[in-house]
Amino acid sequence: MNNITDVSISEIEQEIISEFELFEEWSEKYEYIIELGQKLPALDAIHKKEENKIKGCQSSVWLHSSTQNGVIRFEADSDSTFVKGEIALLIRVLSGQKAEDILQAELGFIDVIGLRQHLALTRANGLASMIKQMKLYALAHQSQHTS
Amino acid sequence: MKSSHASAFPAHHTFDVAELRKDFPVLHQKAYGKPLVYFDNAATSQKPSSVIHALSEYYSTTNANIHRGVHYLSQKASQAFDDVRAKVQQFIHAGSEKEIIFVRGTTEGINLVAATFGRMSVSAGDEILVSAMEHHSNIVPWQLLCEEKKAVLKVIPMSDEGVLDMEAYISLLSSRTRLVSVVHTSNSLGTINPVKDMIRLAHQKGIPVLVDAAQAVVHEPIDVQDLDCDFLAFSGHKMLGPTGVGVLYGKLDHLEKMPPYQGGGEMIHSVSFAKTTFNEVPYKFEAGTPNIADVIALGVAIDYLQSMDRSAALNHELGLMEYASLELSKINGLRLIGTSTNKSAVVSFVIDGLNALDVGMYLDTLGIAVRTGHHCTEPVMQRMGIPGTIRASFMFYNTYQEVEQLITGVKKAIELLK
Repeated sequence: MNNITDVSISEIEQEIISEFELFEEWSEKYEYIIELGQKLPALDAIHKKEENKIKGCQSSVWLHSSTQNGVIRFEADSDSTFVKGEIALLIRVLSGQKAEDILQAELGFIDVIGLRQHLALTRANGLASMIKQMKLYALAHQSQHTS
Repeated sequence: MKSSHASAFPAHHTFDVAELRKDFPVLHQKAYGKPLVYFDNAATSQKPSSVIHALSEYYSTTNANIHRGVHYLSQKASQAFDDVRAKVQQFIHAGSEKEIIFVRGTTEGINLVAATFGRMSVSAGDEILVSAMEHHSNIVPWQLLCEEKKAVLKVIPMSDEGVLDMEAYISLLSSRTRLVSVVHTSNSLGTINPVKDMIRLAHQKGIPVLVDAAQAVVHEPIDVQDLDCDFLAFSGHKMLGPTGVGVLYGKLDHLEKMPPYQGGGEMIHSVSFAKTTFNEVPYKFEAGTPNIADVIALGVAIDYLQSMDRSAALNHELGLMEYASLELSKINGLRLIGTSTNKSAVVSFVIDGLNALDVGMYLDTLGIAVRTGHHCTEPVMQRMGIPGTIRASFMFYNTYQEVEQLITGVKKAIELLK
């Protein structure tokens, strides 16, 4: 999922939306996201440092970003398996994309697949701050290359 | 099965949960197609129909601003509002109606004392004493005060079981201690503290005591004269009443010496640009139009509590807590947090290798509402060396069947998440 991709952000979002259409119940979505979380490769210990940490109210996320061939790659980890599942979705959508595309991404899929309605979710588990951090990285990258 | 004791006795001896549940409309719904199990009562209690009805009834028949109007409606609203002050006085057995101040909740009650009594009596080098199991709302107001006054916040330590160290408490009561502010019942551990003894010990050294009774009033009768506390704060929404209303009790001789909290209408006697004089206690502390509707509904919540067999309700709640603790502690890798022998109806736990949020969200998919995290008591979690717990908190309207659903849910969560 960290490969450089030709598929656009909105196309990947659409794929995810289609996958989630298979689920009727919140419990099925939950179990799928847990499964994604369990499969997400662990972040290298070297990247689990304080400056990569995004502290949510109930879980912590470590987000590592790098640039390669003009695209941005994200790797991340969390102490919550559910949050790792959400990270897996975000990485699938945003990792390997160009900075300007990341900045423009509205990430409507989060609403469509019904994640935002659960939990003051975005606040409790830091999903919102995770997206913000990814965009900040893209912004930093972009301004570096335009100045 | 323990649940048999809930229904096997004649009507006047029984504690009929099924009958009581009829009074709480919110409980009769499904969450994601499953019957809702509400175990987040320490965060807020559900409301009986009589309380819900009182709110719409007030706005439909009585709404007017109080105490200044000469007209029919204003007198009706004023009367209803004033009646609740007397009702609260009787509910906590205060010596006078004047000792009852309406606030937004426990948090505002504590902040009021910090901003008035605290500012008045604390100077540089003085000490405020709180316990290791305080809610953030009984820590932060004192930290702000200590910062302003260059005073020191001292902490009564607790054991691994979540029991306060009374020897340490006694030695912490010093000639510089200006106030002890302590929680009656811990929201995250369930520990019931020996506040009556603590007050007696503090008073021996002339130190006043504030009691945070937010988690206590709904579960057990509180008698402020018997406790002899100087201040006591609680919230309406945790005791079947609406949000946005609470009570601060204060001994009259303290209240009369304290400066006003906020300025505005109602709290004044007369205002001129040269000199404003203040209204008497308790109005001095109630600036602005009060929360009339919610105060009136709080009165109805008190009526509801007093109409039931409170000791039977408490026994039922403790039965649920003991049953849940027993069954949960049989689960491999599960550890109860807060194992005092004197506990309220709260079960807090952690599971080896599992994140509390993940477990809480799984239980949510089953329609079971618990709370996860630090429960606004981060120092408790630091003391216990954990990031947070999963907490189920019970009310008299919960059932043994619901507790069984919780146990099954926790076991399934472990299977799925391990």
